[in-house]
Amino acid sequence: MKYISVAAAAFLAASPALAQESADPIKLTLHDWSGQLITTTLMGEVLEEAGYNVEYVQADYIAQFAGLKTGDLHVAMELWETTAREAMDEAFATGNVVNLGETGMMAIEEWWYPSYMEERCPGLPNWEALKDCAEEFATAETAPMGRYLGGPVTWGGFDDERVEALELDFEVVHAGTDAALFAELEAAYQRKDPIMLWLYSPHWAPAKFEGSYVEFPPYSPECYNDPSVGVNPDAAYDCGKPTGPIWKAAWAGLGEKWPNAETAIKNFKISNEDMGAMVADVDLNGKSVEEVVAAWMSENKDAWSSWIVK
Amino acid sequence: MGRWLTSGRVFWLGLFAVTWLLSQYSFQLYKALDARWIIRYPKKWQLPLEDSISAFLNWLVETANFYFFTFRELTRAIAALLEAPYQFLRNLLIEGFTTGYGDSAVQLAPSLGWVAVVVCAIAIGHYARNWALAALVGACFLYLAIFGQWHSAMITLASVLIAVPIGAVGGLFLGIAAYRVPWFNRLLQPVLDLMQTVPVFAYLVPILILFGFGPVAALVATVVYAMPPMVRITILSLRSVPEEIQEAGRMAGCTRRQIMWKVLVPSATPSLMVGVNQVIMLSLNMVIIASMIGAGGLGFDVLASLRRLDIGAGIEAGLAIVVMAIALDRASQAFAERSQRSLPDGNLLQRHPWSSTVLLVILANLVLGHFIPALQTYPDAMTLTTGPFWSDAMEWINVNFFDTFEAVKVVVLQGLLLPVKKFFSGIPWAWGIIATGLISWRIGGWKLGVMAALMMAFIAASGLWGKAMVTIYLCGVSVLIATVIGIPLGIWAAEKPAAGRVILGLMDTLQTLPSFVYLIPVVMLFRVGDFSAMIAVVLYALAPAVRYAAHGLRDVPEQMIEAGVMSGCTKRQLLWRVKLPLATPQLLLGLNQTIMLAISMLVITALVGTRDLGQEVYIALTKANAGQGIVAGLSVAFIAIVADRIVNALAEGQRRRLGL
Repeated sequence: MKYISVAAAAFLAASPALAQESADPIKLTLHDWSGQLITTTLMGEVLEEAGYNVEYVQADYIAQFAGLKTGDLHVAMELWETTAREAMDEAFATGNVVNLGETGMMAIEEWWYPSYMEERCPGLPNWEALKDCAEEFATAETAPMGRYLGGPVTWGGFDDERVEALELDFEVVHAGTDAALFAELEAAYQRKDPIMLWLYSPHWAPAKFEGSYVEFPPYSPECYNDPSVGVNPDAAYDCGKPTGPIWKAAWAGLGEKWPNAETAIKNFKISNEDMGAMVADVDLNGKSVEEVVAAWMSENKDAWSSWIVK
Repeated sequence: MGRWLTSGRVFWLGLFAVTWLLSQYSFQLYKALDARWIIRYPKKWQLPLEDSISAFLNWLVETANFYFFTFRELTRAIAALLEAPYQFLRNLLIEGFTTGYGDSAVQLAPSLGWVAVVVCAIAIGHYARNWALAALVGACFLYLAIFGQWHSAMITLASVLIAVPIGAVGGLFLGIAAYRVPWFNRLLQPVLDLMQTVPVFAYLVPILILFGFGPVAALVATVVYAMPPMVRITILSLRSVPEEIQEAGRMAGCTRRQIMWKVLVPSATPSLMVGVNQVIMLSLNMVIIASMIGAGGLGFDVLASLRRLDIGAGIEAGLAIVVMAIALDRASQAFAERSQRSLPDGNLLQRHPWSSTVLLVILANLVLGHFIPALQTYPDAMTLTTGPFWSDAMEWINVNFFDTFEAVKVVVLQGLLLPVKKFFSGIPWAWGIIATGLISWRIGGWKLGVMAALMMAFIAASGLWGKAMVTIYLCGVSVLIATVIGIPLGIWAAEKPAAGRVILGLMDTLQTLPSFVYLIPVVMLFRVGDFSAMIAVVLYALAPAVRYAAHGLRDVPEQMIEAGVMSGCTKRQLLWRVKLPLATPQLLLGLNQTIMLAISMLVITALVGTRDLGQEVYIALTKANAGQGIVAGLSVAFIAIVADRIVNALAEGQRRRLGL
């Protein structure tokens, strides 16, 4: 309560019309992956330190936008450029949801293979190696073509187009959810079976399993839009995937009701490395989200206290 | 030859031959006639249904106005009404009662300690039947504490305790209204069909917008899904109350209201309790989906642990749902069978031994829990986990048996799945509509034929024909396999009661265990694809095939079996010539339920990665496109309704032939 009264006092001095910020709880959304739980808990803890009341609400990643638009929910801490673009555009266009900037984390997503495949397909991670050893990645259903397990169709990613443009002998199979994606990876890894699939960071999988992302020709917007650019002069998508920021978004009324809280959320920044370490601590070392967040907060007091408006 | 070639056989063979030929050569036909419309429904004929539905929902949510209040204010008021008792239960079971938020919060009273809840459960068990039930229910709740599921389980329990009374009482009232008012009944029937067959994902987004985010929206979705069986059973059981009982009521001078509440409802109570039981089971089935929209609890634990690929934790949370279902199911069944006992004499304490014991325990728990925290919250140090065991077992199976599984999979895939898929996806849409109409006409009369053809035409006109065919193929194959496995299991369960108990227990578990729990191990062993989806569907849809087969065989009248034995039947003849034909209507009912469950599983298999209507619904959900979701959901519902009507007509015909 200390901070809030100080903040309020400062405000009152400047403009007497402004009353103290609302004591209603700020509702942050929780999804079902650890990274997001960590990001959100961290923000929630900082807001509580700043004297706000916080409530966590479990909500589906995409369905949450319905709540953000009406003000049932207030803050979403992890919106991946790579997976939530359409939903974000739609929500921002209504004017009821606002973008609170980047979280500082960058989403990397690309074709990934376990390191034991390097023996069977020398030349990796360079993508040109795949031209000669696609068959190493084949299964009974796809042979003689290699099998590439893509993300859910809703993730986009243009993998079917990429395979065509780069003339790779791969068949793209889409998993329904990322749980299915990682189930296949874990099973193949246990058997040391060939696998090539869509992975992304920050996530526990690249930390738990040894392997690398395939190095495609670097992404550029022109490569996606202009067929003449890139290795294949007749096709677009003849390059790797873009990396994209992870965004924060909030209900448009947030800034009016809790102006300083909005500023604190806008200030929130964390690096891929810090997040990767925390995710690994939770998913691989079995610590609780609260423990991991508390440890980070005691080590990085300067960082998070600078987010709070004094 | 002449006798063999009856008109029925000619019809079916001809229909199949035409369909097969068209399916096989549709592509060549399209090339030869240069008529692409044969294989693809033309885009310009598509109905703009998705957009109109989205627009209508937008209007409903944003601007619909009933003069005094908007539609959303109305739904929000309902939400607030539901929120109050739910929050009370949450405070009672989990959070304790406090005022104020954050630092200024003051605790008024703690929540019920785990000891108190377990004692309550035991008391209810004993009150409902006997000590054996009390022990079972108590053990179920102890499991929740010992395996560290307490907190989540109480969240789930709180929502089930709200959803079940609303579903049961609401269903009862709707059923009574339908029983009394014929036109309301006619209006209600198709609505019930849709409530049961449209996948929940399809209307999740509108519910979220109308009822706000969080547990209340999940409660509403749960009630919508769980209520229809209660309504149906109410109508059915009120109708089957013998006329004489009503007559007696009238002679005693009862008013209409008295006849309903003092005569009809009490005499229908045993069957009404079957409906309550169904509401409980379906509410627990919804736990996973409810957790996706903010219900939390055990469903959330299952989802979150499977996202981490922590299979052990997923299984434990899933089993906790099963355990809770068992406790609630057995207790509610016992209440249904409980006869009125006279109250013992004595003072208040002696007359209500359980109420007073429970009250005492709660008070003692409240006071002692303050000094000994272990009585209030089950200590973490004393929890057990079998998580590592499951993960290791999974790894062992995966490493050692994968090749065997792979071989089996390739055989089934090439021998069964792929040919069937090719057959169904080849059928030109126009012929598909006609063929469905013809089949339904032949089995159920021209009304059914017209309805089925119209429903299939709706699917084609929505541009979903291809995905609908994949749906029918996947469900068809799964139902076939489930029936082939399920009916023999059911026969075995009926003939050998000892085996039967184990088999039926297993079926209960398979049905209440969230399918997501076994979906992930299935993907690990069989990879993403149709085969994994099929296994998941078969596992889920097996239960009714087994249960109805067992039930049907046990119900064969004793004198029929006597007659068979007298005329010198062997055991095998008895089964094939007497029992099975007489049980056919029940077997068909089981088939009907198997189809329904297979179809309701589709949305879950979309999570593995099939390209069917389930995927369409799921994509609509992830894009929050309400119109797309509802159109795809209706398509699923129409397939289910056509299948349901056809099988019911078959069962009706068989019953008439048997003179039952």
